[in-house]
Amino acid sequence: MTAHPVANSRPIIDVRGVWKRFGAAEVLKGIDLAIRKSEVTCIIGPSGSGKSTLLRCIAFLEEYSEGEIYIEGELLGFALENGKRRRVSDAEVARVRRNVGFVFQQFNLWPHMTALENVAMPLKLARGIAREDAAKRARAMLEKVGLGHRAEAYPSQLSGGQQQRVGIARALAMEPHIMLFDEPTSALDPELVGEVLQVMRDLAAEGMTMAVVTHEMGFAAQVADTVVFIDRGVIAASGSPDEVFRKDENPRLRQFLQNYFERNVFWQGSGDVAVP
Amino acid sequence: MSFNPAILTDNWREILDGMVLTILIWVAGTAIGLAIGLAVAVIQLFTNRWLAAPLAFYVAVMRGTPFLIQLFVIYYGGPFFGLDLTPMVAGTAGLALYGGAYFSEIFRAGFLSVPPGQIEAARMMGIGRLDIVRHVQLPQMLVIILPALANMTVLLSKETAVLSVITVNELTSVVQSIGSTTFAFAETLLFLALVYWAFLEIVTAAARRLEKRVGRFMLRTQS
Ligand SMILES: Nc1ncnc2c1ncn2[C@@H]1O[C@H](COP(=O)(O)OP(=O)(O)O)[C@@H](O)[C@H]1O
Ligand SMILES: [Mg+2]
Repeated sequence: MTAHPVANSRPIIDVRGVWKRFGAAEVLKGIDLAIRKSEVTCIIGPSGSGKSTLLRCIAFLEEYSEGEIYIEGELLGFALENGKRRRVSDAEVARVRRNVGFVFQQFNLWPHMTALENVAMPLKLARGIAREDAAKRARAMLEKVGLGHRAEAYPSQLSGGQQQRVGIARALAMEPHIMLFDEPTSALDPELVGEVLQVMRDLAAEGMTMAVVTHEMGFAAQVADTVVFIDRGVIAASGSPDEVFRKDENPRLRQFLQNYFERNVFWQGSGDVAVP
Repeated sequence: MSFNPAILTDNWREILDGMVLTILIWVAGTAIGLAIGLAVAVIQLFTNRWLAAPLAFYVAVMRGTPFLIQLFVIYYGGPFFGLDLTPMVAGTAGLALYGGAYFSEIFRAGFLSVPPGQIEAARMMGIGRLDIVRHVQLPQMLVIILPALANMTVLLSKETAVLSVITVNELTSVVQSIGSTTFAFAETLLFLALVYWAFLEIVTAAARRLEKRVGRFMLRTQS
């Protein structure tokens, strides 16, 4: 488990009283969540409980309906003018979230570009880095995720696990201060999950700040500093893995974990987490 | 009735002029039309509705009225709005505006064919809207929409035949008048059919080659 060297410093991400509605549907109902430097926060919960929506709000891929989200102290997406909030320009949004990296469940690589081009293109277009330097940095990032030898491959020529590692390299190349992962291994065949989780473990060990929506309870138990259980749009439990997996008595959480183990215990091994 | 192709070679000078004019207007009209179509699609999809609404009206009018009438309005109606165009310019503009409306619909469908997740990824990397269009969307959608673009381009070659109503001496009108003065209807009609068919073959071949080039990433998928 990673230590929290600066546990009392200002959070990198500060979510305060955030609500998100899609029309009449209330998907997030007053979320408070702080993520500090070098912390790994794992977000678990039933399907449809609002985990992706929360992550997407933090990335401003969705506009949150109410509340505030601060990224390194700056309000994301809005400006406050005598008590009312006003949507800021896309350029301003991009500026505030420039240090936020996002890894998608479906990878979202650009299929017409090689692995190297996928990583290098944003460096050129968004950071104005010269061609050769961008390629050099992209290659280094691919090596970091163990894909130096596949730099010239197109996404369609890579396995799902390799594609996701390219996705991680692409986000890392921008030198983010925090990485958001939305179920990064859920689209993978079981035998490919490990290689992606290993890259994420390495990142956590290096001190990367991470928020990870995941169903990999083993990963959460080993790597997370904080586990957050979201249920029907609210944080129903949160704390250290030990607190959430062993101690918290929220019945919805216990039921969720019970279901998880019934599905997974026979191949996952239950060493990390107590069966409720 | 005899079949005498010499009628055509006897009048090669006029026919060549008509063909050059047709090709010029066709190529220029298509090129400008493609630019209009792309611009209209981008504005409609990526800006606000105050810009999009008038463009939707333009597209509806161009698609909903005959090309012939559009040409009349531009050429004979233009002077009332201070637009005194030569037949050639009016014809090119008419073809471009007409084609642009259809091209915009093709581009629009193309933009929507690129999975939104890829655009979100680009936005998260801080890539600007126009760069996303250029580097993420266009290269992928071109493979998909090329056949439709080629199809429309071929249709436009045939629409140039209407331009004689605004006194453009394009190929069809030249050859038809030769046919009616010499009564060589079969020869002239067959010749016209072959020429427009050749246009079709040229565009199709060009589209195939382009498809191979921009579609490299898809071809490799299958290997
Ligand atoms: N764009 C959207 N429009 C309408 N409803 C949405 C949208 N995105 C998500 N939802 C709804 O919000 C709820 C939470 O979704 P999501 O955050 O994806 O859940 P999770 O990631 O926890 O499975 C679901 O009921 C889903 O149908
Ligand atoms: Mg989800």
